[in-house]
Amino acid sequence: MIPTLSIDELCISFPRRGAPIRAVQGVSLTISPSECVGIIGESGSGKTQVFMAAMGLVSGSAAASGSIRFEGSELLAADAAALNRVRGSKLTMIFQDPMTSLAPHLKIGTQLAEVLVCHAAMSWRDAWSSAARMLARVRVPDPKRRLHQYPHELSGGMRQRVMIGMSLLCEPKLVIADEPTSALDVTVQAQLIELLRSMRAELGMALALISHDLGVVAGLADRILVMYAGRIVESAPAAEIFNHARHPYTAEMLKCVPSLSGPRLARLPTLAGSPPQPGEILGGCAFAPRCPRVDARCRAEQPQLSETGAGSVACHFPLPA
Amino acid sequence: MNEALLRVRDLSVDFGAHAAVSQVSFDLHAGETLGLVGESGSGKSTLARAILRLLRSAHGSVEWCGKDLLTTAGAELRALRRDLQIVFQDPLSSLDPRMMIGDAIAEPLRIFESGLDAKARALRVAAMLDRVGLTAAMGTRYPHEFSGGQCQRIGIARAMILNPKLLICDEPVSSLDMSIQGQIVNLLLDLQRDAGTAMLFISHNLAVVRHLSHRVLVMYAGKLVEVAAPDALFASPRHPYTMALLAAVPVIEPKPVGATVPSGLEEAAAGARAPAAGCAYRDRCPHAIPVCVTTVPPLAEAATGHWVACHRSHEPLIPLSLRA
Repeated sequence: MIPTLSIDELCISFPRRGAPIRAVQGVSLTISPSECVGIIGESGSGKTQVFMAAMGLVSGSAAASGSIRFEGSELLAADAAALNRVRGSKLTMIFQDPMTSLAPHLKIGTQLAEVLVCHAAMSWRDAWSSAARMLARVRVPDPKRRLHQYPHELSGGMRQRVMIGMSLLCEPKLVIADEPTSALDVTVQAQLIELLRSMRAELGMALALISHDLGVVAGLADRILVMYAGRIVESAPAAEIFNHARHPYTAEMLKCVPSLSGPRLARLPTLAGSPPQPGEILGGCAFAPRCPRVDARCRAEQPQLSETGAGSVACHFPLPA
Repeated sequence: MNEALLRVRDLSVDFGAHAAVSQVSFDLHAGETLGLVGESGSGKSTLARAILRLLRSAHGSVEWCGKDLLTTAGAELRALRRDLQIVFQDPLSSLDPRMMIGDAIAEPLRIFESGLDAKARALRVAAMLDRVGLTAAMGTRYPHEFSGGQCQRIGIARAMILNPKLLICDEPVSSLDMSIQGQIVNLLLDLQRDAGTAMLFISHNLAVVRHLSHRVLVMYAGKLVEVAAPDALFASPRHPYTMALLAAVPVIEPKPVGATVPSGLEEAAAGARAPAAGCAYRDRCPHAIPVCVTTVPPLAEAATGHWVACHRSHEPLIPLSLRA
């Protein structure tokens, strides 16, 4: 079976006076057809850059190496024409801020229909009616009227529904959702998670869900990748990550999520220190300065991702299973 | 309980025909932490700004140490403001990019403790930087040289250097990474304990509010709909909106199931404008009955210390958590 997305030893660095900033350092991952993979990490961990590279959207000044294959064909070295055969149709992306990712001066209907006109060679008339059907499908009330509205006339949640609808128009094989609910209220977030879940059940596409919020990912992902300082530090089925985290970073991160039940705490649990600054070069494991299990070896030697029973972990001293 | 430090009565703020805050009343005691939760557009920040007189269009009364802040002006207001400080959501944009952070932290001292000489001021700033987990040497750096978490520490240092009696925190950790949020919240709690500061903590993160608040206010469409101690509010919410809000929080469970879509939140209208009459929440409420359409429910004490603005607050409403 050919994986939907397969990334091999991806490195992305940004030039800077002195040493370049190495935003992504040797990331390898695969996403199978109709699988939902959650990618968890703090800002600066490189989680967005990995998928921007898959969409051909990394900044022009960045240097990228490695390989990104979508259904077997290489995307990283591909030219715009080759990229455009898949992106926007078979491979789509939903961004965090639904206001800035819709064009403010075009009607919702125009923006949706354009996708089908460009990628499916539909007439504008057919595309417009398909767009209306898609809006109904993503549960935008009164879709025919909405098509004639501009983005500013819609609430944040409705705009994100439009974005989700747009990403699904050409029956994609993989949708990349980068913090799709982070800018929205918790109630709207719950609705959108539910929408993504039901769309996946209906259409069977694979989903890469990028988030810093473990709760959002918990509700959707089959498998979770944890990123820290440009590398994948742990990868496992979602239940394993939440029940038996092996990497100390994952475990500490889970402890930091304040709970809605159980005893109230006088102080919130914390993870000391902060992630390395962009461009900061550390000899060994990037998490060593904050790690409760740190040893001399961690400061000297970069741990490699290696197989465990259920997944893989990059740690010299992983937690017991 | 002892005499209230801040006594807000019938506070309303109108933006044209839209009531951003409507008839809000509450007390805040010395050393108390009051959590304020609600969706965006519910009026949380507007309420905070009205209390601090950062808005002109407020009416009602905000009694602070025996004086009404809304009618105080000029030098008198300026003197009172020494004890009223705020920490904003975006730590970087609330600092002057061209001012060294040591000067930014010293500025309140220049204004309110003008008797201090430069040396004494520098000592106070150095001590404060140390207190918030930074170093005195960082005082000569500029905001862009700091991470988001560090900028928020600077914002807190600037707000706390005068030992205010009231600190309003408007979403102070929302823009920070998860591993940093706890550090900043704990810092606020430590400073509060040491200085005995009262705190109004505004957040949409219900879990954070639950742990640090003595009492929680829930706001919807400009009104308080529920006020209770966190144990009561989170274990047995009585207002359907609070129930829906709690049901919407994604939870990490052993067998991951995400949040369920709370019924009654399906049709989240833009800005959640209140209907012209009756309960503002009735259009989204799964429990609405005819009286909800005609009459605004008053905020009334349903159990000791547990205030609810709902016509059905005495009935055992079952939180509907709903479509699978």
